[in-house]
Amino acid sequence: MKPTPRIPDAVKSSPLAIQGLTVSYDRRPVVHSVDFVTPPGSMTAIVGPNGAGKSTLLKASLGITARLTGDVRVFGKPFEVMSRHVAYVPQRSSVDWDFPATVIDVVAMGLFRDQRWWQFNRGRDRRLAMHSLARVGMEAFADRQIGQLSGGQQQRVFLARALIQDAELTILDEPFAGVDAATESAIIEVLKELRDEGRTLLCVHHDLSTVHDYFDHVLLLNVRGIAAGAVDEVFTAANLQATYGGRLSEVQLARLVSPASKEAR
Amino acid sequence: MSDFMMFSLVPLAVAVIIGMTCALLGNFLVLRRQSLIGDAISHVALPGIVVSFLLTGALSSLAMMLGAGVSALVTVVLIELVRRFGRVESSAAMGVVFTSLFALGVLLLEWHGATGVHLDVEHALYGNLESLIWFEGTGLAALVDPQALAGLPPQLARAASVGLAVVVFLVMCRRQLILGSFDPDFAASVRARPALVDLLLVTMVAVAAIAAFEAVGSIIVIAMFICPAAAARLMTNRLATQIAWSLTFAAVSSVLGYVLAGYGPGWLGFNASVSAAGMIATLSGVILLLACLFGPERHRSGAAREA
Repeated sequence: MKPTPRIPDAVKSSPLAIQGLTVSYDRRPVVHSVDFVTPPGSMTAIVGPNGAGKSTLLKASLGITARLTGDVRVFGKPFEVMSRHVAYVPQRSSVDWDFPATVIDVVAMGLFRDQRWWQFNRGRDRRLAMHSLARVGMEAFADRQIGQLSGGQQQRVFLARALIQDAELTILDEPFAGVDAATESAIIEVLKELRDEGRTLLCVHHDLSTVHDYFDHVLLLNVRGIAAGAVDEVFTAANLQATYGGRLSEVQLARLVSPASKEAR
Repeated sequence: MSDFMMFSLVPLAVAVIIGMTCALLGNFLVLRRQSLIGDAISHVALPGIVVSFLLTGALSSLAMMLGAGVSALVTVVLIELVRRFGRVESSAAMGVVFTSLFALGVLLLEWHGATGVHLDVEHALYGNLESLIWFEGTGLAALVDPQALAGLPPQLARAASVGLAVVVFLVMCRRQLILGSFDPDFAASVRARPALVDLLLVTMVAVAAIAAFEAVGSIIVIAMFICPAAAARLMTNRLATQIAWSLTFAAVSSVLGYVLAGYGPGWLGFNASVSAAGMIATLSGVILLLACLFGPERHRSGAAREA
């Protein structure tokens, strides 16, 4: 029998603490021994090149993809018993948008855990779903078929489904991929509202130029964890070069790591 | 009237029940783009039945269903193996596995055929709806006569209980099924167990296919898993409405197909009838064709395919 390991306080208070997480496909590690303790109440970006294992890290943490080794805890307890506190917004492209469902049907899917199989009456569910839709400015589309929405509208519906879950931690996989500028700012407003309520956000993000504006913490990932911490401290030229394997130019880097020089442009 | 009771009531009821049961499951197969699994499982029932006959030496229903069940299981495992080690997509794996196993079944059948037992490929394909005769069904009174009811062909009760089991399964697991079909990653994140529900769905498909196989043959099963649901998808963008349409299409093709097969050739001046199962399957295909041509939702937005 293993003795119960003492859980550090940082892990106990973190909505998602990942320790030694390794995932491999076909014996090739795509995520290798990553440790990351999400600071509570933070807005954290996961940044790294294509194939760095950003989505895989999230999916393995959420039990969607099998992990080889590793420990994932939510407020110090195993994820499996605490998953109710976590909302997940998958990549928009992972879903069959041709599915015969309306916008409100999709948002109500976020209530899955509260619904019992014998309950058909959905008056309360509908009210909650309309409330979530209103927060993302989509209430006028409630009865629209999901396939008729634009990419940005689909992403807002996904966000509304996460809002209805009322979770401490919301995990988003590239929420700004393929959406228009108006949607991007609408989504970031909602995410900041959530953070101001004291909730935590963890977000795969690929636009390096907005990391400073949107996030307060960052995890730099390229199969292994390269660096993690406050954006001001960790989002440095040296760390970015290490993450992207030296593929970023000096000019790019200078703009990225110093918001002042970006505004001076 | 007594003719109808004796010769047509049971075949019609069995065809309608089985058609609607398969159509119900078919809705989810079509939405998951898994239609071929119904095809695969109903084909491999043949080798399963032949092997069970070779082992037991008798044509008992129980042994046949067991054989078909085991072979469905073997098929699902083989498909997964071919997909993983052959590195092909799952529909290609299904195609390879079920055609090979069906061919093996035909070979086994011919090889033992010399023993002269009534078990042939035709029976496996078309079933034998017309043979479900209710000898005690001599008039309306028989419907309330326990003794006459006891003489009903056992296929009717079997079809009805499988139908009931499918309805119970779909009502209880509807949310998990919908979630797992639309967004499997999210389903896993809220512990809706998409993999388990997937397995249950395939199991129900196997149960329905095997129960239907004996009574109506595999042609109806294959057609009913795909055609009514695929046609219904072209009629509406709401899942509940789609399911209602699919049930209607299944019932209409079953009743109309049975009537046309029995009397259609006569109306055309031929003194004959054609296979009811064949006609039912054909009609379901015609309905799908009509839905493709005139269904209101056949031009769906392309938003789904971007990204």
